[in-house]
Amino acid sequence: MIGFWESILLTVITAATPLLIAALGELIVEKSGVLNLGVEGMMAVGASTGFAVATLTDSSSIGVLAGIAAGMALSLIFALVTLGFAANQVAAGLALTILGLGLAGLIGAKFVGTSRIAIPPIHIPGLSDLPGIGKLVFGQSPFFYLSVVLAVGVAWFLRRTRAGLSLRSIGENHASAHALGLKVLRTRLLAILFGGACAGLAGAYLSLVYTPFWSPGMTAGRGWIALALVVFASWLPLRVFLGAYLFGAATILQMHAQAASMGLPSQALSAFPYIATIVALVLISMRRVGATPAPGSLGTAFVPPR
Amino acid sequence: MNIMVKVAGAAALALGLAGAASAQEKLKIGFIYVGPVGDHGWTYQHDQGRKAIEAAFPGKVETTFIESVPEADSERSIEQLARTGHKLIFTTSFGFMEPTLKVAAKYPNINFEHATGYKRAKNVATYSGKFHEGRYVQGVIAGKMTKTNTIGYVASFPIPEVVAGINAFMLGAQSVNPNVKVKIVWAATWFDPGKEADAAKALLDQGADIITQHTDSPAPLQQAEARGKFAFGQASDMIRFAPKGQLTAIIDDWAPYYVERARVQLEGKWQSQDVWDGFAKGKVKMAPYTNMPDDVKKLAQDTEEAIKSGKFNPFKCPVFDQSGKEVKCEGNGALSDGQILSMNYYVKGIDDKLPK
Amino acid sequence: MRLELIPRSDVSSLQRTLAPLWAILIALLMGGLIVAFLGRSPLAAFKVYFLEPLTDPWALQELAVKATPLIIIATGLVYCFRANLWNIGAEGQLIVGAIFGSIVPLATVGMESTPWVLPVALLLGALGGALYGSIPAFLRVRFGVSEILVSLMLVYVAELTLDYLVRGPWRDPKGFNFPTTPNFESFALLPNLASEGRLHAGIIIALLCAAVTWFVLNRTLFGFGIRVAGEAPRAARFSGFNANRMTIAAFMISGGLAGLAGIVEVTGQIGQLKPAISGGLGFTAIIVAYLGRLHPVGIVFGAFVIALTVYGGEAAQITLKLPLDLTRTFQGILLFCVLAADALTTYKLRIVRGLHA
Repeated sequence: MIGFWESILLTVITAATPLLIAALGELIVEKSGVLNLGVEGMMAVGASTGFAVATLTDSSSIGVLAGIAAGMALSLIFALVTLGFAANQVAAGLALTILGLGLAGLIGAKFVGTSRIAIPPIHIPGLSDLPGIGKLVFGQSPFFYLSVVLAVGVAWFLRRTRAGLSLRSIGENHASAHALGLKVLRTRLLAILFGGACAGLAGAYLSLVYTPFWSPGMTAGRGWIALALVVFASWLPLRVFLGAYLFGAATILQMHAQAASMGLPSQALSAFPYIATIVALVLISMRRVGATPAPGSLGTAFVPPR
Repeated sequence: MNIMVKVAGAAALALGLAGAASAQEKLKIGFIYVGPVGDHGWTYQHDQGRKAIEAAFPGKVETTFIESVPEADSERSIEQLARTGHKLIFTTSFGFMEPTLKVAAKYPNINFEHATGYKRAKNVATYSGKFHEGRYVQGVIAGKMTKTNTIGYVASFPIPEVVAGINAFMLGAQSVNPNVKVKIVWAATWFDPGKEADAAKALLDQGADIITQHTDSPAPLQQAEARGKFAFGQASDMIRFAPKGQLTAIIDDWAPYYVERARVQLEGKWQSQDVWDGFAKGKVKMAPYTNMPDDVKKLAQDTEEAIKSGKFNPFKCPVFDQSGKEVKCEGNGALSDGQILSMNYYVKGIDDKLPK
Repeated sequence: MRLELIPRSDVSSLQRTLAPLWAILIALLMGGLIVAFLGRSPLAAFKVYFLEPLTDPWALQELAVKATPLIIIATGLVYCFRANLWNIGAEGQLIVGAIFGSIVPLATVGMESTPWVLPVALLLGALGGALYGSIPAFLRVRFGVSEILVSLMLVYVAELTLDYLVRGPWRDPKGFNFPTTPNFESFALLPNLASEGRLHAGIIIALLCAAVTWFVLNRTLFGFGIRVAGEAPRAARFSGFNANRMTIAAFMISGGLAGLAGIVEVTGQIGQLKPAISGGLGFTAIIVAYLGRLHPVGIVFGAFVIALTVYGGEAAQITLKLPLDLTRTFQGILLFCVLAADALTTYKLRIVRGLHA
């Protein structure tokens, strides 16, 4: 029985990791006051570039790096238009989604139908073999550890560092932050690039770990879920972590309910994760436990006054 | 100078005419795809069929496709093909049925072929494959190979084709193993690799040791392979994705049918018809039987051969529904095509409720 | 070296009108480069993508058919976006509108011609969308829950509800258990406006929506309240506008129009319900709303630009055998260029050497 629950937990972790990574990136972007709705597009480009480069170089690590780079490159276009030209962020983000899905298809076209071995989980002799928790704590995919480090790192960065503080104040009110001498556009550029890197990494995870092949449409809306998670978490990194796992668990458990023949309509079960997210959010909001509202300048362009 | 101009003009005219003439001779054939050609499954196989037409009639045909056409917004795409000189148009998903009929009514001189639908017209033919024949063979293999007596089924949506597939699979498995159980997870998608993989994992976690799928991506197969379990490929031979895990795969081979229909169109003998065939005509094929002992392989081959030659029908009567009631036998010793094409119940032995 | 934006003091309306044209020109050059890079003729691509659709009457009708739902949804979104409310769930409201609107047409399948069915269907469609749109508004007003998340999550719930209905209770009994409802009777369908081609009365509804929205925003107290709520929320509070009521009203109008778009799409060109009836119109409309600068007239143009890229993309697949991904990429480039050009009408771009700022 322990093996059964351990196995379910592993599945949940696998499903939650890409959501978590992409959402943490977007969290930093939104904390700086920028709303980039193009996560899905950046993820797709990360997935196809990651897989293509991994296949060409026969190295999954280089593939992952390429996925990150591709996500960053795409986010740079977004940065140019929204920061450089002060264009509307919502529209630019949606345009980025379309562009990303198109580019991903072009990049990956030659690699459809090829398979790779998934990047294996870490194995620490002794520790990974401990009964019960061994595999859960010491035998995960390297991406899982990375995602945990990212979550803790992002939380620490925002709360404990000077740079994190200035990022937050820029997101809260860019005019007064600028008046205080903070570099609004440069900070936002770096935040957007970080978001692109995370989305690209999440994409590479899809095509190199989760389901190791490339196919157009394989992101299947995960970028949108990541965006929703940031809001769900009311912009708190550790709550993003919680949200990703809650959502992952809801998805996996409804499948187990089906496999165990509970006889509910499959549509009701498929809707469960989404409804659960809404209900959880209502409960959080009702109790108002440290709920933080959206960053004050979220989604608005900043043009330095002269 | 004057002569030069005239000659050049004449040459250009001649070239132009020649161009026009050869364009007229070439038969233009169009395809509407519901997914991207790179989906590994359904659309990919239709595109293989399109390429087969090009290869079979070099210089005589020109093929075109529009991919990822949303079903609700397909009438324009179909009509665009009709308006650009395509004389034979294949619409390759059930959701294109009404739009195909609407466009066909406007263009009586163009012939249409709609996959998996049931409404026809003078210039609209329908065609599909008896994929459940392959599923029966899979069931036989799975029933033999399973050690836990539990098989996991990753399903897409409860439409008749999928339900009939589950039933054929179960009947095949029961024919060799009376204790076999099938667990079903509806992934509510045709293509979402992550979700399909999760469904496969859930089934494996609940004791299934063989996975079969009616969704398009190779993800469930990969998951089975990664856990040292077995699975079946979908729509195309997916052995590349699971060299140690794939037992066989149902291959949708549209090529022979497409080439044949292009040929009758070229000869001016095209007629509306309804074709539903399987192993016998080569529309449904099995990938090589791999990763199984010789006796199972032999059994699978014999079953395939029996179905192919018409000696055996997967839905041979009597068929019992879940409640144990015998289903009325409307065909010749087996369920009729119409009964199979509209199947909306599980057969006896499936311990689950069909979602409605 | 860096870029600096300087606000323009004198933006003529001519400049603002011409900006998108410049953008399209630049996008064409970039798209042309990609096409040339793939070894095809950029001129041919231009012809297929832009010239032919805009000179062929049949294609123009198709553009209008495609633009119709986009215009209706995007004008609805204006109410929310102008009030700084993030309704990104128009897709879900569209689907629920289509479901509500289909109740009566489905109940009258097989009946004699009944003239009131269509108007009732349209009204119920708008009502369904409005009710569904009120959920995120209510949760925001009552519990302070983010409307972004709730409206997005409700999209998935709406899709699955439609899926359940067409596979279950509303399935065509004569349809071999395939997931579609019966076809609506012709009296439940929007009338066709052309003898050849598919132009239907939906475009009139769409243009009416745009006109009424223009009037409401510019000439009524409610429209003023919406604009103030968005631009200066504190001022709105002082001047006595009830923010909560405003939120619910904006969302219900927005959802109502999305729902109307849904039933217009069903009665205008689909003629029945299927598991998927939209294919992302509700999301595309967000781009349309911003392409149109949240202005009803701009939205009409924006919707036609999007329709053109969709139509041209298909034409390019047919005539030039260009892959769909390429036309998507071009769509993305085009949108970025339009957005950037838009900004350049408001600001002058200056290249500054040095790093201070």
